[in-house]
Amino acid sequence: MNPFTDSVLLALQLIAHADAELLRVVGLSLRVSIVACAIGGVIGVLLGTWLAATRVVFRPVAVWVVNTLLALPSVVVGLIVYLLLSRTGPLGSLGILFTPKAMIIAQSLLVIPLFAALSRRLLLDGLTEGGDQLRSMGASPLQSALLMLVHERLGLLTITLTAFGRAISEVGSVMVVGGNIEGFTRVMTTAIALETSKGDLPLALALGIVLLGVVGFVNVLIGWIHGRTASAREAFA
Amino acid sequence: MLNPAAIPLISLARATVQFDDVTALDHVDLTLNKGERLMLVGANGSGKTTLLRLLHGLVPCKGERTMFPLAPRGRQPVTAMLFQRPFLLSLTARWNVLPALWLHGVRNKAERERRCHEALRRVGLDHLANRPARSLSGGQQQRLALARAWAVEPDVLLLDEPTANLDPNAKREVEALVEEIARAGVTIVISTHNLGQAKRLGTRVAYLEAGRIVVDLPAGRFFEERLPREAELFLKGELPWT
Repeated sequence: MNPFTDSVLLALQLIAHADAELLRVVGLSLRVSIVACAIGGVIGVLLGTWLAATRVVFRPVAVWVVNTLLALPSVVVGLIVYLLLSRTGPLGSLGILFTPKAMIIAQSLLVIPLFAALSRRLLLDGLTEGGDQLRSMGASPLQSALLMLVHERLGLLTITLTAFGRAISEVGSVMVVGGNIEGFTRVMTTAIALETSKGDLPLALALGIVLLGVVGFVNVLIGWIHGRTASAREAFA
Repeated sequence: MLNPAAIPLISLARATVQFDDVTALDHVDLTLNKGERLMLVGANGSGKTTLLRLLHGLVPCKGERTMFPLAPRGRQPVTAMLFQRPFLLSLTARWNVLPALWLHGVRNKAERERRCHEALRRVGLDHLANRPARSLSGGQQQRLALARAWAVEPDVLLLDEPTANLDPNAKREVEALVEEIARAGVTIVISTHNLGQAKRLGTRVAYLEAGRIVVDLPAGRFFEERLPREAELFLKGELPWT
């Protein structure tokens, strides 16, 4: 057998035997990304709701900024957070650089524009359909947007899963602010980058398979939710 | 001739509504009196829906829209509207009525539940209170929207072609509910293409064309007297396609 096949087999063995290092890395990845999505989701959805409801004069500028930040490279986010949290930075006294907390902050900042932009679009589409009728019930623009959030909760779940997929598969920001410290800040993506550069393919492959599995599972969930939403819309049209 | 016993609720004077370069309502004068059942008839695009929305306060206008305070407490009349295709939240029937009550200022939870339950019972949906609203049939959804409007105890209920998409059975159910609401003292304004419905339900009929009220008569006179040519053609179903 060739080295590649050997590596794949070794990787599958690591997964099957629940290798301790593998589990530690996967566990930290999931914790960091889930917490980041929770924090980023609350901030991002509130921002998106406000953008959908408000009529302030600078709203077009705010929307443009949010949409532009969607394309922000993760390594740039890492750089910004690094500068904030470094010893000479404004938040250096917190002492959280190269810790999972810094990684959570970086990934939260990464997913906030995603939550804001997609939830705003979701709400605007909903408000086009039912905004008038909510207004006729006495709802203010913000109340209408909040009711629409409840109405479109399946769509919101899709956005959350999309943001989670983005967070868990990024490497730039967590590498910069986490430092990829073994047993402390090493997550799936940074471990893959390191193990590949060392030539230790089995662990890198194993992590890659798990990461693909997580992202794949998230995509299956998104597809299932889309299917449910589409069926519901057809049934009640 | 003005009925001296009429109590005005809402009046429009020279009301004009424009959307971009389209004049949806053109210098409309209308006074809606308490207890009336005003039927708005006219072709598609004649301004019926816009007039309903203006009466409800959903669109701005040039001219005047006046709401008259009700005796004895002097509060403003409460208006509620039922749209042709009601928008229902993806929640249960009960949770489509409760937010409407909260938005209308009913802050006491027990009172909200009582009025919600009562409104659903009146429209015959009490047994489906915990069913997802969007799983109800078309007629049931329309009745749910009616319950939502009725629950806030409106003085004026505006209905935009409430039976347009319903089968004959569902149509009869909704008409019966509208009759019941009117008997309870609520002033009704309905836009409809169904002239039989206008005859059955209305005490007053207004014919609209190109954003203007061309004819506005008590129902008995509307269907008996000679009307302007366009109104006659409309009644006969012979209005030319423009």
